[in-house]
Amino acid sequence: MADKSFFIDTTKCTACRGCQIACKQWNMNPGTKTVQRGSHQNPEDLSYFTYKLVRFSELEVDGKPRWYFFPDQCRHCVQPPCKMMAESIGVKAITRDEATGAVLYDPKVKVKADEFKQIRESCPWDIPRWDQKTQGMAKCTMCFDRIKEGLLPACVKTCPTGTMNFGDRDKMLEMAQQRLKDVKAMYPKAQLLNYDFHRAIFLVVDEPARYHKFASADTTIIAALGKFINPVQNISQLAG
Amino acid sequence: MTNHYIDFRNADVILNMGSNVAENHPVSFKWIQAAKEKGAIFIHVDPRFTRTSTKADIFVRLRSGTDIAFLGGMIRYILDNNLYDEFYVKNYTNASFIVNPKFSFDDGLFSGYDPTKRAYDQSAWAIEKDENGIPKRDMTLQDERCVFQLLKKHYSRYTLEKVTAITGTPQEDLEKVYKVYGSTGKPDKAGTELYAMGWTQHTVGVQNIRGMSIIQCLLGNMGIAGGGINALRGESNVQGSTDQALLFHIIPGYLPAPRAQWATLEDYNKTTPSSKEPRSVNWWKNRPKYVASLLKSFYGDKATKENDFGYAWLPKLEPTQDASWLNLFDEMYKGKFTGFFAWGMNPACSSANAGKVRQALAKLDWMVNVNVFDSETGSFWKGPGMDPKKIKTEVFQLPCAAFLEKEGSISNSGRWMQWRWKCANPPGVAMPDGDIIYELFKKVRALYQKEKGVCTDPILNMKWDYETGGHFDIHKVAKEINGYFLEDIPEHPVDKKSYKKGTLVPSFVFLLDDGRTSSGNWIYSASYTEAGNMAARRKKTDPTGLGLYPEWSWAWPVNRRIIYNRASVDLEGKPRDPGKALLKWDAENKKWVGDIPDGPAPPMGTEGVFPFIMKPDGVASLFGPGLKDGPFPEHYEPLECPIEKNILSNQRINPVVKIFEGGLDTFATCDPKYPFVCTTYRVTEHWQSGVLSRWLPWLIEAEPQMFCELSQELGSLRGIENGDRVLVETQRGKVEAVAIVTLRLKPFVIAGQTIHQIGLPWHFGWLYPKDGGESANLLTPTVGDPNTMIPETKAFMANVTKITAQPAKKAGKA
Repeated sequence: MADKSFFIDTTKCTACRGCQIACKQWNMNPGTKTVQRGSHQNPEDLSYFTYKLVRFSELEVDGKPRWYFFPDQCRHCVQPPCKMMAESIGVKAITRDEATGAVLYDPKVKVKADEFKQIRESCPWDIPRWDQKTQGMAKCTMCFDRIKEGLLPACVKTCPTGTMNFGDRDKMLEMAQQRLKDVKAMYPKAQLLNYDFHRAIFLVVDEPARYHKFASADTTIIAALGKFINPVQNISQLAG
Repeated sequence: MTNHYIDFRNADVILNMGSNVAENHPVSFKWIQAAKEKGAIFIHVDPRFTRTSTKADIFVRLRSGTDIAFLGGMIRYILDNNLYDEFYVKNYTNASFIVNPKFSFDDGLFSGYDPTKRAYDQSAWAIEKDENGIPKRDMTLQDERCVFQLLKKHYSRYTLEKVTAITGTPQEDLEKVYKVYGSTGKPDKAGTELYAMGWTQHTVGVQNIRGMSIIQCLLGNMGIAGGGINALRGESNVQGSTDQALLFHIIPGYLPAPRAQWATLEDYNKTTPSSKEPRSVNWWKNRPKYVASLLKSFYGDKATKENDFGYAWLPKLEPTQDASWLNLFDEMYKGKFTGFFAWGMNPACSSANAGKVRQALAKLDWMVNVNVFDSETGSFWKGPGMDPKKIKTEVFQLPCAAFLEKEGSISNSGRWMQWRWKCANPPGVAMPDGDIIYELFKKVRALYQKEKGVCTDPILNMKWDYETGGHFDIHKVAKEINGYFLEDIPEHPVDKKSYKKGTLVPSFVFLLDDGRTSSGNWIYSASYTEAGNMAARRKKTDPTGLGLYPEWSWAWPVNRRIIYNRASVDLEGKPRDPGKALLKWDAENKKWVGDIPDGPAPPMGTEGVFPFIMKPDGVASLFGPGLKDGPFPEHYEPLECPIEKNILSNQRINPVVKIFEGGLDTFATCDPKYPFVCTTYRVTEHWQSGVLSRWLPWLIEAEPQMFCELSQELGSLRGIENGDRVLVETQRGKVEAVAIVTLRLKPFVIAGQTIHQIGLPWHFGWLYPKDGGESANLLTPTVGDPNTMIPETKAFMANVTKITAQPAKKAGKA
């Protein structure tokens, strides 16, 4: 099986949340208790039971409303800092599938609160989540149980607009670059986020932080992580 | 829809006005995306900036309930700037027809108005006919009484200044939309309009759609690929249920419901549309064949020529009776009913003025509630403010199968009848609806046979043989709907071929008015033939390349994917837009190639048939004398509105709406107690009144509670912050909600005053979840469109006040 990636084209996302629900359904994750907080984003954040979350962000640009949608999920890093961190502190919950590149958490491995804190903090995209009750960690699995059978991840399968794409990494990168080229004329700020570093290539058309605080990792953080874990190649390219 | 979902991709301009396509028809958005990728411009016109607006190339706001003003301004703009398709307007519409001199319009009223009856005498709007009964025409469009000139005159009043004053849409925004949409008047450009309840749920609902139909006809956008007027139906099978006569005024296949004054079949058939215009196909002239075949389907061998095929057994409406939803529940409220089946519906939450409906249910002796889950209707007797000890209504709850637990067809908005297969058994004792109806009627009939009763003929004579091996058989029903030859036909009048008794008719063309054929619904005839179940087809062939997919499922009528398609070609049958050739005449072989044409007749030429075969005059109606509230759409304010005076005339509201008065029917216009324009809507995550979706943990997690969206400006005015609990009140009721204070809503400037707009979803109800909130329909008024009686739940007046700040933690930004 070839190295895989997602291409997540936010220019096409209508926040129907089919991905969020399909993820819960496939993974048999329960609906959590939520309240209306003055936002359509619910649940409020990723959790042990929520691997995929469409984030809603409202703002005004040149007196006009903008409403950005960001279908957040694990980036499945090429060199996952969470895994490096876990290994460095002796937590054996995280593996990386060599064939696909999927980064997998074993929720049955008990992780202590302070260990989890370090693992979560090691992730520049703030993805890892932990359950106090079971002491296990969980996040997006790349639908590993589906893709190894040749199926698409549930979120991609259900997406009606073409926002969620999945396939061989080179094909996804090609698709992302082509789409970036296509939208650049209308959206000069369009960019692909940290795509060298991970396998969930987001296309956004405005400052990433306007979508979500952790949409894009600060390159200095990646650089710092790089020193701590293994040096990441081509850091300078990411600084652009 | 005149067209279908996939066809959106063929449009050059897509106008989404009167609906919120990305949120309420999310899967269809892929076709809008496909059009955009080919360079189409997507316009969204709405009071709110929604998830749809985020993907619009042009988004403009308008105040709820002012669509006719907006569209009237567009008609004026198209005419003033000569953007209309002259060939189309002259040849394919009634623009050239001469209207009789009795027609006039003055200060908001058309001629023929009787204020005591709140009704028009529509004969004052008739088209003038010559001595042969053929409409008089002026092909130069110069006669001052021709439709084109009357149209021009009528909409000359809709200036940009006035439209802006009414709608609150800035002039530059109006012009932007008018210009872009007007650009589709060229033969090689297609514009489509997508609407839904944002247009229908008004006291001018039908005229909203008429307004757009006029625009589409002026621009030559009807009957073409990428064009049309496309109703995004609010439920997956609402098209099918309308086709099968869910509504009171029709029997299956859009045949008019019998009325008391038509005592015999002959009387009924006298109302068949006729035309003296030899060039008009007037397809409705075939109606007697469809009625006779329907009666044969109902009553089988009991229906004979001698007994009018059992016509007398059909229930009759009183001569002018309107038995629509609002009237029905009004009568129930007055104690006129003993029993009621609430089947797949939740009127205690879905109906306008739901508080009145809940009271009405308490007047019944019995109610049968058929649904997948319990609802506020089934449990109304233990709802808020109800004392179960004082309620006599006996409620029977029948659990039914959900859509994946039964086989059958659904008809989508594009008129596609699509077969679905069962993938799981229903839980417990739940049964598919068809099985429930089938078994129920057998029991009812057995009781009548045993105990007799009043008017037993319709019950005892009903043909009821849709079972195989003692079980209800949905295929037998589907075949019945298609229709059978009931006798051997040695030489059929249509094709001179012979047909065997008991075989399925190939299409409605073969139906007869003499009792030798049956069909449960003529428009579905050809859906299940000797060649098989057409709805079950799944072939992806696409010969035109336009995405018609003629072998995927089946579309009524006769698998025609785009209706009025003869309007896509010129007089010689050549496609007017060769790049999107929907239909073309193959002169050599004397046949049409492409979509199934609107009838096989050769091209119109100078003596052939007109393209709009369902219209008595054969052309599209810019002037439409058939509606109760006028032949041209005119702007009137909603029943409850924020301004004392209609800016266009002295008729503040639609002069022919029925006013329900007294009891729980109260209204407030320009009342300082209710200063804000309010509208209701749906979100992607929930389904209608939420009976299905509120019980699904993942959906209720995503949209857990009742909310009220309001602007930041209104928030400051009322001291309401994002996430606060608020109370929304109207003259009818009150509902608590969580405030979403958002920059996606903005105040309007209407006639110089600042007018605020708020909105709420109608998905919630007291039953479940306990902290979800109540139905927005406790707020909405009992008033409807005069033609359809669809309630005006999209524009009414409300107040909003803060109850408490959000108890938990302070909410962040929206």
